[in-house]
Amino acid sequence: MTLDLFEKFNSTIENFNQLPKGELNPFTVSMDAVISPTQAIINGRETILAGTNNYMGMTYNKECLEAAELALKNFGTGTTGSRVLNGTYNGHIKLEETLKDFYDCDHAIVFSTGYQANLGIIATLAGPKDYVVIDADSHASIYDGCAMGNATIVRFNHNDHENLDKRLDRIRRKDPDAGILVVIEGVYSMLGDLAPIKELATAAKKHNAYVLVDEAHSIGVFGATGRGVAQEQGVEHLVDFTVGTFSKSVGTVGGYCVSNHPKFDVLRLVCRPYVFTASLPPSVIASATKALELIKNSNLRTKLLENSKRLNDGLSDAGFNVGTTGQSPIAAIIIDQQDTAIAYWQKMMQNGVYVNLAVPPATPNGLNLMRCSLSAAHSFEQIDYILEKFIAVGKEIGVLK
Amino acid sequence: MTLSTTEIFNKICELTEPFNHKSVTINTETTFASDLELDSLAVMDMLASIEDHYDVTVPLNILPDLETVGQVAIAIKSILDE
Repeated sequence: MTLDLFEKFNSTIENFNQLPKGELNPFTVSMDAVISPTQAIINGRETILAGTNNYMGMTYNKECLEAAELALKNFGTGTTGSRVLNGTYNGHIKLEETLKDFYDCDHAIVFSTGYQANLGIIATLAGPKDYVVIDADSHASIYDGCAMGNATIVRFNHNDHENLDKRLDRIRRKDPDAGILVVIEGVYSMLGDLAPIKELATAAKKHNAYVLVDEAHSIGVFGATGRGVAQEQGVEHLVDFTVGTFSKSVGTVGGYCVSNHPKFDVLRLVCRPYVFTASLPPSVIASATKALELIKNSNLRTKLLENSKRLNDGLSDAGFNVGTTGQSPIAAIIIDQQDTAIAYWQKMMQNGVYVNLAVPPATPNGLNLMRCSLSAAHSFEQIDYILEKFIAVGKEIGVLK
Repeated sequence: MTLSTTEIFNKICELTEPFNHKSVTINTETTFASDLELDSLAVMDMLASIEDHYDVTVPLNILPDLETVGQVAIAIKSILDE
């Protein structure tokens, strides 16, 4: 009998088929129209978007739209080529200059997505004789960067600097001269908790390891000029590589890595996810450049964190099992049973609120979450509406007593 | 002192117990995915407790080769013997 290549996915297919079809399926949402950074029409219903990572509401910023339109008109819909061949336009250079200025760094490289930035940087920097040491709750792109490279991969307990120290110590006892890259995230996206970068990076430096911080969920959100958690905590000098994305606060798509390492630019020649893919379209590049300039000088993060605190406090006061603290733009309640979480999500949609249903293995510790990512573009009225619906549905399906 | 694979296996059974939510009787052929119904993250958490017990590094790279509890015992034995 011919081997069915899809046999290994049978249990996944079975589980998916148990979910209802159509608008009640949490993994097949399609937006009919988008009205604003916080509103869309879904299944013919006006819906508040409370789970889109659009932290700054940049997707409809007037200046970003204008910059994108101009670039589209002047440079066309796409570059049709790699950065190292025909895919570098003046705009790409200008965006990298803007990033260098944004981070006050010597070098910046733009990737086509944030996922590719992690994939490329981790897989390329750490070779066969090196080690990558990652936080247990790392994003899939970090795990995949590890899988793509040839280094030895070691995992430490989430945000635990003593555990990291212990694991680095073991590596050093065996391999005193190996190159080591420690990878952490500024904000962990599921529960919105921040890394204690100072403690973790200090442990790394003690063992002569490099430190990479992924600020995907923290660029724009933290730090005096929006550089992320390392800036917020005053520890940028301990960070060797900062990775991030344009697909959240920056409101478009793309990824980047910045560094002061003198040889950093060689990555343009050896980093396969940079070389063997088409570069970002000119309109994307133009809106990202404009958004970075705006984010640097804006106070949107104050409004964003006020919004998050308002929802987090409201959920706590209502008696939910809240997994987040309100220190970042994430608000998530923990639901014991996956079936209940799915029903919760469906009712929220029917009440005109889109949130994320987050289930294992995308979540830590096997948690089922109703997860919101807030935006500076949310009004307090919208936050209060989201909260009201959370409480109403919670009572209806028995999550709230 | 060099430990035998059986001694290591017995210890690993002990360390696996907190992850044995279905109270399966563990033998060397017990699989993490089907028998213990552990996802990849849970298997990594279990390996971390084994790492700490023996004070060794268990690289994630060997994870795809570890389907059964017995295979873990053999892998730890070879790491300890290195």
